[in-house]
Amino acid sequence: MLRLASLLLLIAIWQIAAICVHSHVLPPPLAVVTTMAKEAQSGALFFNLGITLLRVIVSFLLAMIGGMILGVFMGRNKTFDRLADPWLVVLLNLPALVIIVLAYIWIGLTEPAAIVAVALNKLPNTTATIREGARALDNGLEEMASVFAMPLRTRVQHVLLPQLAPYIAAATRSGLSLVWKIVLVVELLGRPNGVGFEIYTAFQLFDVKLLLAYALPFIVIMLGIETFVVQPFERHVSRWRPKAA
Amino acid sequence: MCPAGDQKPLELVVKRKAFRTASGKRREVLRDFAMTMDLGKVYALVGPSGAGKTTLLRILIGLDKDFEGSTNVPQYARIGMVFQEPRLLPWRSVFDNLRLAAPQTSDDDIKKIAGDLGLGDHLSHYPGELSLGLARRVALARAFAVRPDLLVLDEPFVSLDMALATRLREELAALVDRTRVTTLLVTHSLDEAIHLADHIILLGGEPTAIIGEVDIASPRSAMTDSAAVEAKAKIASILAQSAAR
Repeated sequence: MLRLASLLLLIAIWQIAAICVHSHVLPPPLAVVTTMAKEAQSGALFFNLGITLLRVIVSFLLAMIGGMILGVFMGRNKTFDRLADPWLVVLLNLPALVIIVLAYIWIGLTEPAAIVAVALNKLPNTTATIREGARALDNGLEEMASVFAMPLRTRVQHVLLPQLAPYIAAATRSGLSLVWKIVLVVELLGRPNGVGFEIYTAFQLFDVKLLLAYALPFIVIMLGIETFVVQPFERHVSRWRPKAA
Repeated sequence: MCPAGDQKPLELVVKRKAFRTASGKRREVLRDFAMTMDLGKVYALVGPSGAGKTTLLRILIGLDKDFEGSTNVPQYARIGMVFQEPRLLPWRSVFDNLRLAAPQTSDDDIKKIAGDLGLGDHLSHYPGELSLGLARRVALARAFAVRPDLLVLDEPFVSLDMALATRLREELAALVDRTRVTTLLVTHSLDEAIHLADHIILLGGEPTAIIGEVDIASPRSAMTDSAAVEAKAKIASILAQSAAR
Protein backbone atom coordinates (compact mmCIF):
# COMPACT_ATOMS: atom_id res chain seq x y z
CA MET A 1 0.00 0.00 0.00
CA LEU A 2 2.76 2.38 1.01
CA ARG A 3 4.66 1.47 -2.15
CA LEU A 4 1.65 2.31 -4.30
CA ALA A 5 1.17 5.64 -2.54
CA SER A 6 4.82 6.45 -3.09
CA LEU A 7 4.50 5.63 -6.79
CA LEU A 8 1.38 7.82 -7.10
CA LEU A 9 3.24 10.67 -5.40
CA LEU A 10 6.02 10.38 -7.99
CA ILE A 11 3.48 10.62 -10.82
CA ALA A 12 1.81 13.61 -9.12
CA ILE A 13 5.15 15.45 -8.81
CA TRP A 14 5.83 14.68 -12.46
CA GLN A 15 2.42 16.10 -13.45
CA ILE A 16 2.92 19.28 -11.41
CA ALA A 17 6.44 19.78 -12.78
CA ALA A 18 5.17 19.32 -16.33
CA ILE A 19 2.51 21.98 -15.76
CA CYS A 20 5.07 24.40 -14.25
CA VAL A 21 7.72 23.89 -16.91
CA HIS A 22 5.21 23.68 -19.76
CA SER A 23 7.71 22.57 -22.37
CA HIS A 24 7.88 19.68 -24.82
CA VAL A 25 11.02 18.39 -23.07
CA LEU A 26 8.92 17.44 -20.03
CA PRO A 27 5.59 16.06 -21.25
CA PRO A 28 2.88 15.24 -18.69
CA PRO A 29 2.18 11.55 -17.85
CA LEU A 30 -0.97 11.39 -19.95
CA ALA A 31 0.87 12.54 -23.11
CA VAL A 32 3.40 9.74 -22.59
CA VAL A 33 0.59 7.20 -22.19
CA THR A 34 -1.04 8.46 -25.41
CA THR A 35 2.22 8.06 -27.32
CA MET A 36 2.63 4.61 -25.78
CA ALA A 37 -0.86 3.64 -26.98
CA LYS A 38 -0.10 4.92 -30.48
CA GLU A 39 3.14 2.94 -30.65
CA ALA A 40 1.33 -0.12 -29.30
CA GLN A 41 -1.38 0.20 -31.94
CA SER A 42 1.12 0.24 -34.77
CA GLY A 43 2.83 -2.82 -33.24
CA ALA A 44 6.19 -1.05 -33.03
CA LEU A 45 6.18 -0.96 -29.24
CA PHE A 46 5.74 -4.73 -28.85
CA PHE A 47 8.19 -5.52 -31.62
CA ASN A 48 10.93 -3.37 -30.10
CA LEU A 49 10.23 -4.44 -26.52
CA GLY A 50 10.25 -8.08 -27.64
CA ILE A 51 13.51 -7.87 -29.53
CA THR A 52 15.22 -6.07 -26.65
CA LEU A 53 13.88 -8.61 -24.17
CA LEU A 54 15.18 -11.43 -26.37
CA ARG A 55 18.64 -9.84 -26.43
CA VAL A 56 18.52 -9.43 -22.65
CA ILE A 57 17.56 -13.07 -22.09
CA VAL A 58 20.10 -14.59 -24.52
CA SER A 59 23.05 -12.52 -23.34
CA PHE A 60 22.04 -12.92 -19.71
CA LEU A 61 21.86 -16.71 -20.01
CA LEU A 62 25.20 -16.83 -21.84
CA ALA A 63 26.85 -14.73 -19.14
CA MET A 64 25.27 -16.74 -16.32
CA ILE A 65 26.18 -20.17 -17.69
CA GLY A 66 29.71 -19.10 -18.67
CA GLY A 67 30.23 -17.26 -15.40
CA MET A 68 28.99 -20.20 -13.34
CA ILE A 69 31.31 -22.67 -15.02
CA LEU A 70 34.30 -20.33 -14.75
CA GLY A 71 33.40 -19.34 -11.18
CA VAL A 72 33.14 -22.94 -9.96
CA PHE A 73 36.46 -23.88 -11.55
CA MET A 74 38.18 -20.78 -10.16
CA GLY A 75 36.73 -21.36 -6.73
CA ARG A 76 37.77 -25.02 -6.62
CA ASN A 77 41.15 -24.98 -8.39
CA LYS A 78 43.86 -22.69 -7.03
CA THR A 79 46.13 -22.92 -10.09
CA PHE A 80 43.30 -22.10 -12.47
CA ASP A 81 42.23 -19.27 -10.17
CA ARG A 82 45.70 -17.74 -10.28
CA LEU A 83 45.83 -18.08 -14.07
CA ALA A 84 42.40 -16.64 -14.74
CA ASP A 85 42.25 -13.98 -12.03
CA PRO A 86 44.22 -11.26 -13.91
CA TRP A 87 41.93 -11.72 -16.92
CA LEU A 88 38.95 -11.37 -14.64
CA VAL A 89 40.31 -8.16 -13.14
CA VAL A 90 40.96 -6.71 -16.61
CA LEU A 91 37.46 -7.61 -17.76
CA LEU A 92 35.86 -6.32 -14.55
CA ASN A 93 37.52 -2.93 -15.04
CA LEU A 94 37.11 -2.58 -18.79
CA PRO A 95 34.37 0.04 -19.41
CA ALA A 96 31.24 -1.42 -20.97
CA LEU A 97 31.51 1.04 -23.85
CA VAL A 98 35.01 -0.18 -24.76
CA ILE A 99 33.86 -3.80 -24.91
CA ILE A 100 30.86 -2.87 -27.04
CA VAL A 101 32.83 -0.78 -29.55
CA LEU A 102 35.56 -3.41 -29.81
CA ALA A 103 32.98 -6.15 -30.39
CA TYR A 104 31.37 -4.13 -33.18
CA ILE A 105 34.74 -3.38 -34.78
CA TRP A 106 36.09 -6.92 -34.50
CA ILE A 107 32.95 -8.95 -35.19
CA GLY A 108 31.01 -6.38 -37.24
CA LEU A 109 27.71 -4.60 -36.70
CA THR A 110 25.85 -7.88 -36.25
CA GLU A 111 23.52 -9.55 -33.77
CA PRO A 112 26.21 -11.94 -32.45
CA ALA A 113 28.52 -8.99 -31.80
CA ALA A 114 25.78 -7.28 -29.79
CA ILE A 115 25.06 -10.41 -27.74
CA VAL A 116 28.75 -11.16 -27.13
CA ALA A 117 29.40 -7.57 -26.05
CA VAL A 118 26.60 -7.66 -23.46
CA ALA A 119 27.49 -11.15 -22.21
CA LEU A 120 31.16 -10.17 -21.82
CA ASN A 121 30.13 -7.18 -19.72
CA LYS A 122 28.16 -9.37 -17.34
CA LEU A 123 30.44 -12.43 -17.35
CA PRO A 124 33.18 -11.23 -14.94
CA ASN A 125 30.55 -10.10 -12.48
CA THR A 126 28.88 -13.52 -12.39
CA THR A 127 32.23 -15.29 -12.26
CA ALA A 128 33.39 -13.31 -9.24
CA THR A 129 30.13 -13.92 -7.36
CA ILE A 130 29.97 -17.65 -8.11
CA ARG A 131 33.67 -18.02 -7.25
CA GLU A 132 32.88 -16.82 -3.73
CA GLY A 133 30.15 -19.45 -3.54
CA ALA A 134 32.46 -22.18 -4.83
CA ARG A 135 35.07 -21.27 -2.22
CA ALA A 136 32.47 -21.69 0.51
CA LEU A 137 31.37 -25.16 -0.65
CA ASP A 138 31.11 -27.82 2.05
CA ASN A 139 33.92 -30.37 1.62
CA GLY A 140 32.11 -32.79 3.93
CA LEU A 141 29.19 -33.07 1.51
CA GLU A 142 31.60 -33.42 -1.42
CA GLU A 143 33.28 -36.36 0.36
CA MET A 144 29.93 -37.88 1.20
CA ALA A 145 28.90 -37.72 -2.46
CA SER A 146 32.18 -39.30 -3.48
CA VAL A 147 32.03 -42.15 -0.92
CA PHE A 148 28.46 -42.95 -1.93
CA ALA A 149 29.59 -42.85 -5.59
CA MET A 150 26.86 -40.39 -6.60
CA PRO A 151 26.83 -39.84 -10.36
CA LEU A 152 27.96 -36.46 -11.69
CA ARG A 153 24.41 -35.36 -12.49
CA THR A 154 23.23 -36.00 -8.93
CA ARG A 155 26.25 -34.19 -7.55
CA VAL A 156 25.69 -31.11 -9.68
CA GLN A 157 21.93 -31.02 -9.19
CA HIS A 158 21.63 -31.97 -5.54
CA VAL A 159 24.99 -31.18 -3.93
CA LEU A 160 26.59 -28.34 -5.90
CA LEU A 161 23.74 -26.15 -7.18
CA PRO A 162 21.77 -25.93 -3.89
CA GLN A 163 24.90 -24.65 -2.17
CA LEU A 164 25.45 -22.10 -4.93
CA ALA A 165 21.78 -21.05 -5.06
CA PRO A 166 22.10 -17.88 -2.91
CA TYR A 167 25.08 -16.77 -5.01
CA ILE A 168 23.22 -17.54 -8.25
CA ALA A 169 20.26 -15.49 -7.01
CA ALA A 170 22.56 -12.56 -6.16
CA ALA A 171 24.24 -12.74 -9.56
CA THR A 172 20.83 -12.94 -11.25
CA ARG A 173 19.50 -9.90 -9.48
CA SER A 174 22.48 -7.65 -10.12
CA GLY A 175 22.85 -9.21 -13.58
CA LEU A 176 19.41 -8.55 -14.95
CA SER A 177 19.50 -4.84 -14.22
CA LEU A 178 23.05 -4.54 -15.56
CA VAL A 179 22.32 -6.51 -18.72
CA TRP A 180 19.24 -4.60 -19.77
CA LYS A 181 20.98 -1.27 -19.34
CA ILE A 182 23.90 -2.44 -21.47
CA VAL A 183 21.59 -3.93 -24.09
CA LEU A 184 20.12 -0.45 -24.62
CA VAL A 185 23.59 1.00 -25.21
CA VAL A 186 24.43 -1.81 -27.61
CA GLU A 187 21.22 -1.16 -29.54
CA LEU A 188 21.84 2.56 -29.59
CA LEU A 189 25.32 2.08 -31.04
CA GLY A 190 24.78 -0.57 -33.63
CA ARG A 191 21.34 -2.17 -34.01
CA PRO A 192 18.49 -1.12 -36.33
CA ASN A 193 15.76 -1.96 -33.81
CA GLY A 194 15.00 -2.43 -30.13
CA VAL A 195 14.22 -0.06 -27.27
CA GLY A 196 17.76 1.40 -27.38
CA PHE A 197 17.41 2.21 -31.08
CA GLU A 198 14.03 3.88 -30.51
CA ILE A 199 15.48 5.95 -27.68
CA TYR A 200 18.27 7.06 -29.99
CA THR A 201 15.69 8.12 -32.58
CA ALA A 202 13.74 10.00 -29.90
CA PHE A 203 16.95 11.72 -28.81
CA GLN A 204 17.67 12.93 -32.35
CA LEU A 205 14.14 14.31 -32.60
CA PHE A 206 14.23 15.64 -29.03
CA ASP A 207 11.01 13.62 -28.58
CA VAL A 208 10.84 12.99 -24.84
CA LYS A 209 7.32 11.54 -25.12
CA LEU A 210 8.62 8.77 -27.39
CA LEU A 211 11.66 8.24 -25.20
CA LEU A 212 9.58 7.69 -22.07
CA ALA A 213 6.98 5.67 -23.99
CA TYR A 214 9.70 3.08 -24.61
CA ALA A 215 11.66 3.34 -21.36
CA LEU A 216 8.74 2.99 -18.92
CA PRO A 217 7.20 -0.25 -20.27
CA PHE A 218 10.60 -1.87 -20.20
CA ILE A 219 11.10 -0.95 -16.55
CA VAL A 220 7.70 -2.52 -15.86
CA ILE A 221 8.74 -5.72 -17.66
CA MET A 222 11.97 -5.99 -15.67
CA LEU A 223 10.07 -5.38 -12.42
CA GLY A 224 7.70 -8.16 -13.46
CA ILE A 225 10.59 -10.57 -14.03
CA GLU A 226 12.02 -9.71 -10.63
CA THR A 227 8.67 -10.17 -8.88
CA PHE A 228 7.29 -13.18 -10.73
CA VAL A 229 10.46 -15.10 -11.66
CA VAL A 230 13.46 -14.20 -9.49
CA GLN A 231 11.72 -13.89 -6.13
CA PRO A 232 9.64 -17.09 -6.46
CA PHE A 233 12.84 -18.90 -7.53
CA GLU A 234 14.61 -17.65 -4.42
CA ARG A 235 11.72 -18.74 -2.20
CA HIS A 236 11.70 -22.14 -3.88
CA VAL A 237 15.40 -22.84 -3.39
CA SER A 238 15.40 -21.67 0.22
CA ARG A 239 12.24 -23.53 1.29
CA TRP A 240 14.28 -26.07 3.29
CA ARG A 241 15.75 -23.41 5.59
CA PRO A 242 14.11 -23.48 9.03
CA LYS A 243 11.95 -20.38 9.36
CA ALA A 244 13.14 -17.85 11.88
CA ALA A 245 10.85 -17.84 14.91
CA MET B 1 32.96 -58.98 -1.98
CA CYS B 2 29.66 -58.56 -3.68
CA PRO B 3 30.04 -60.66 -6.87
CA ALA B 4 29.94 -64.36 -6.00
CA GLY B 5 33.29 -66.08 -6.04
CA ASP B 6 35.28 -62.99 -5.16
CA GLN B 7 35.72 -63.79 -1.49
CA LYS B 8 39.16 -62.37 -0.75
CA PRO B 9 39.58 -60.72 2.65
CA LEU B 10 40.10 -56.96 2.59
CA GLU B 11 43.57 -55.70 3.33
CA LEU B 12 44.86 -52.35 4.46
CA VAL B 13 48.61 -51.76 4.69
CA VAL B 14 50.01 -48.37 5.61
CA LYS B 15 53.79 -48.38 5.80
CA ARG B 16 53.96 -44.69 6.40
CA LYS B 17 51.62 -41.73 6.46
CA ALA B 18 52.73 -38.19 7.16
CA PHE B 19 51.05 -34.81 7.23
CA ARG B 20 52.60 -31.46 6.57
CA THR B 21 51.93 -29.17 9.50
CA ALA B 22 51.00 -25.51 9.14
CA SER B 23 54.62 -24.57 9.81
CA GLY B 24 55.70 -26.78 6.90
CA LYS B 25 57.20 -29.63 8.96
CA ARG B 26 56.40 -33.25 8.17
CA ARG B 27 54.74 -35.08 11.03
CA GLU B 28 54.56 -38.84 10.74
CA VAL B 29 51.23 -40.08 12.09
CA LEU B 30 51.17 -43.77 11.11
CA ARG B 31 53.83 -46.41 10.68
CA ASP B 32 53.79 -50.12 9.79
CA PHE B 33 50.07 -50.63 10.09
CA ALA B 34 48.56 -53.73 8.55
CA MET B 35 45.15 -55.32 8.97
CA THR B 36 43.11 -57.97 7.22
CA MET B 37 39.33 -58.02 7.33
CA ASP B 38 37.46 -61.28 6.77
CA LEU B 39 34.21 -60.73 4.93
CA GLY B 40 31.13 -60.48 7.09
CA LYS B 41 33.05 -59.63 10.25
CA VAL B 42 33.07 -56.45 12.31
CA TYR B 43 36.38 -54.81 13.13
CA ALA B 44 36.97 -51.93 15.51
CA LEU B 45 39.89 -49.54 15.58
CA VAL B 46 40.28 -48.16 19.09
CA GLY B 47 42.75 -45.51 20.14
CA PRO B 48 43.10 -42.08 21.67
CA SER B 49 42.00 -38.96 19.81
CA GLY B 50 44.52 -37.85 17.22
CA ALA B 51 45.93 -41.36 16.77
CA GLY B 52 45.05 -41.35 13.08
CA LYS B 53 42.01 -43.65 13.26
CA THR B 54 39.96 -41.51 10.93
CA THR B 55 42.97 -41.22 8.61
CA LEU B 56 43.17 -45.03 8.37
CA LEU B 57 39.52 -45.19 7.55
CA ARG B 58 39.81 -42.49 4.89
CA ILE B 59 42.73 -44.37 3.32
CA LEU B 60 40.72 -47.62 3.29
CA ILE B 61 37.84 -46.12 1.31
CA GLY B 62 40.02 -44.08 -1.03
CA LEU B 63 39.34 -40.57 0.28
CA ASP B 64 43.03 -40.17 1.18
CA LYS B 65 45.50 -41.37 -1.44
CA ASP B 66 48.62 -39.67 -0.11
CA PHE B 67 50.27 -42.56 1.79
CA GLU B 68 52.82 -45.34 1.39
CA GLY B 69 51.09 -48.70 1.33
CA SER B 70 48.15 -50.40 -0.30
CA THR B 71 44.51 -51.40 0.02
CA ASN B 72 42.60 -53.98 -1.99
CA VAL B 73 39.09 -52.58 -1.68
CA PRO B 74 37.77 -53.02 -5.24
CA GLN B 75 36.75 -49.96 -7.24
CA TYR B 76 33.24 -51.35 -7.63
CA ALA B 77 32.71 -52.03 -3.92
CA ARG B 78 29.64 -50.29 -2.57
CA ILE B 79 30.61 -48.40 0.53
CA GLY B 80 28.18 -47.32 3.22
CA MET B 81 29.70 -44.71 5.45
CA VAL B 82 28.66 -42.92 8.61
CA PHE B 83 30.78 -39.83 9.16
CA GLN B 84 31.39 -38.18 12.51
CA GLU B 85 28.84 -35.55 11.52
CA PRO B 86 25.62 -36.70 9.81
CA ARG B 87 26.54 -34.92 6.53
CA LEU B 88 23.01 -34.89 5.15
CA LEU B 89 21.87 -32.67 2.29
CA PRO B 90 19.92 -29.99 4.22
CA TRP B 91 17.81 -29.03 1.18
CA ARG B 92 16.50 -32.56 0.65
CA SER B 93 13.98 -34.48 2.75
CA VAL B 94 15.07 -37.49 4.79
CA PHE B 95 13.64 -39.81 2.15
CA ASP B 96 15.41 -37.96 -0.69
CA ASN B 97 18.69 -38.11 1.23
CA LEU B 98 18.39 -41.90 1.31
CA ARG B 99 17.08 -42.08 -2.27
CA LEU B 100 19.93 -40.01 -3.75
CA ALA B 101 22.61 -42.06 -1.98
CA ALA B 102 21.01 -45.36 -2.98
CA PRO B 103 19.35 -44.97 -6.39
CA GLN B 104 19.42 -48.74 -6.99
CA THR B 105 17.39 -49.54 -3.85
CA SER B 106 13.60 -49.70 -4.19
CA ASP B 107 11.35 -47.18 -2.41
CA ASP B 108 9.87 -49.96 -0.28
CA ASP B 109 13.29 -51.15 0.86
CA ILE B 110 14.35 -47.62 1.71
CA LYS B 111 11.19 -47.11 3.73
CA LYS B 112 11.77 -50.42 5.51
CA ILE B 113 15.34 -49.54 6.50
CA ALA B 114 14.18 -46.11 7.67
CA GLY B 115 11.36 -47.75 9.59
CA ASP B 116 13.75 -50.19 11.28
CA LEU B 117 15.70 -47.21 12.58
CA GLY B 118 12.59 -45.41 13.83
CA LEU B 119 12.51 -42.85 11.02
CA GLY B 120 9.12 -43.83 9.62
CA ASP B 121 7.44 -40.59 10.71
CA HIS B 122 10.29 -38.37 9.58
CA LEU B 123 10.69 -39.31 5.91
CA SER B 124 9.28 -36.02 4.64
CA HIS B 125 11.18 -33.83 7.13
CA TYR B 126 14.20 -31.76 6.25
CA PRO B 127 17.43 -32.50 8.19
CA GLY B 128 17.26 -29.05 9.81
CA GLU B 129 14.06 -30.13 11.55
CA LEU B 130 15.67 -33.20 13.16
CA SER B 131 17.49 -33.60 16.47
CA LEU B 132 21.11 -34.75 16.33
CA GLY B 133 20.06 -38.25 17.40
CA LEU B 134 17.57 -38.49 14.55
CA ALA B 135 20.03 -37.03 12.05
CA ARG B 136 22.53 -39.73 13.06
CA ARG B 137 19.87 -42.37 12.48
CA VAL B 138 19.34 -40.98 8.99
CA ALA B 139 23.09 -41.20 8.35
CA LEU B 140 22.99 -44.80 9.56
CA ALA B 141 19.97 -45.59 7.39
CA ARG B 142 21.73 -44.05 4.40
CA ALA B 143 24.77 -46.28 4.92
CA PHE B 144 22.57 -49.39 5.00
CA ALA B 145 20.32 -48.24 2.17
CA VAL B 146 23.12 -48.63 -0.38
CA ARG B 147 23.34 -52.35 0.56
CA PRO B 148 27.01 -51.91 1.26
CA ASP B 149 29.78 -54.41 0.60
CA LEU B 150 31.74 -52.52 3.22
CA LEU B 151 30.30 -50.52 6.08
CA VAL B 152 32.52 -47.83 7.55
CA LEU B 153 31.62 -46.04 10.77
CA ASP B 154 33.61 -43.08 12.06
CA GLU B 155 32.64 -42.48 15.71
CA PRO B 156 28.99 -42.81 14.74
CA PHE B 157 27.59 -42.06 18.20
CA VAL B 158 29.93 -39.34 19.38
CA SER B 159 28.24 -36.43 21.23
CA LEU B 160 25.02 -38.34 21.89
CA ASP B 161 23.87 -38.89 25.45
CA MET B 162 24.63 -42.33 26.84
CA ALA B 163 21.09 -43.73 26.83
CA LEU B 164 20.57 -42.76 23.21
CA ALA B 165 24.03 -43.96 22.18
CA THR B 166 23.34 -47.34 23.80
CA ARG B 167 20.01 -47.69 22.03
CA LEU B 168 21.45 -46.77 18.66
CA ARG B 169 24.33 -49.16 19.26
CA GLU B 170 21.88 -52.01 19.88
CA GLU B 171 19.93 -51.14 16.75
CA LEU B 172 23.16 -51.04 14.77
CA ALA B 173 24.23 -54.43 16.17
CA ALA B 174 20.93 -55.95 15.08
CA LEU B 175 21.25 -54.48 11.58
CA VAL B 176 24.84 -55.68 11.21
CA ASP B 177 23.85 -59.19 12.33
CA ARG B 178 20.98 -59.27 9.88
CA THR B 179 22.94 -57.97 6.88
CA ARG B 180 26.26 -59.72 7.68
CA VAL B 181 28.13 -56.77 6.21
CA THR B 182 31.90 -56.40 6.57
CA THR B 183 32.29 -53.47 8.94
CA LEU B 184 35.06 -51.21 10.16
CA LEU B 185 34.22 -49.14 13.21
CA VAL B 186 36.43 -46.35 14.43
CA THR B 187 35.87 -45.31 18.03
CA HIS B 188 37.57 -44.17 21.18
CA SER B 189 34.95 -45.91 23.30
CA LEU B 190 35.94 -49.38 24.46
CA ASP B 191 32.34 -50.20 25.33
CA GLU B 192 31.21 -49.43 21.82
CA ALA B 193 33.97 -51.62 20.36
CA ILE B 194 33.32 -54.55 22.72
CA HIS B 195 29.59 -54.52 22.07
CA LEU B 196 29.83 -54.27 18.30
CA ALA B 197 33.07 -55.84 17.06
CA ASP B 198 34.28 -59.38 16.45
CA HIS B 199 37.85 -58.17 16.51
CA ILE B 200 39.37 -55.12 18.17
CA ILE B 201 42.59 -53.47 17.05
CA LEU B 202 44.20 -51.22 19.65
CA LEU B 203 46.22 -48.28 18.43
CA GLY B 204 48.77 -46.22 20.29
CA GLY B 205 52.24 -44.71 20.29
CA GLU B 206 53.78 -41.92 18.27
CA PRO B 207 53.70 -42.41 15.31
CA THR B 208 50.66 -44.61 15.75
CA ALA B 209 51.07 -48.36 15.42
CA ILE B 210 49.10 -51.44 16.47
CA ILE B 211 49.75 -52.20 20.14
CA GLY B 212 47.48 -55.22 20.45
CA GLU B 213 44.51 -57.13 19.05
CA VAL B 214 41.63 -58.84 20.86
CA ASP B 215 39.02 -61.26 19.56
CA ILE B 216 35.55 -60.95 21.05
CA ALA B 217 34.14 -64.45 21.16
CA SER B 218 30.57 -63.94 22.31
CA PRO B 219 28.00 -62.68 19.79
CA ARG B 220 26.96 -59.01 19.79
CA SER B 221 23.28 -59.69 20.27
CA ALA B 222 23.91 -61.88 23.36
CA MET B 223 26.86 -60.10 24.96
CA THR B 224 26.81 -60.81 28.70
CA ASP B 225 28.17 -58.44 31.30
CA SER B 226 30.78 -60.96 32.38
CA ALA B 227 31.99 -61.41 28.79
CA ALA B 228 32.28 -57.66 28.45
CA VAL B 229 34.23 -57.39 31.68
CA GLU B 230 36.54 -60.19 30.59
CA ALA B 231 37.25 -58.45 27.27
CA LYS B 232 37.90 -55.19 29.06
CA ALA B 233 40.38 -56.88 31.42
CA LYS B 234 42.25 -58.34 28.44
CA ILE B 235 42.44 -54.94 26.79
CA ALA B 236 43.55 -53.28 30.03
CA SER B 237 46.47 -55.68 30.34
CA ILE B 238 47.55 -55.00 26.76
CA LEU B 239 47.41 -51.25 27.41
CA ALA B 240 49.41 -51.68 30.64
CA GLN B 241 52.11 -53.71 28.86
CA SER B 242 52.29 -51.14 26.10
CA ALA B 243 52.66 -48.32 28.62
CA ALA B 244 55.41 -50.19 30.47
CA ARG B 245 57.46 -50.59 27.28
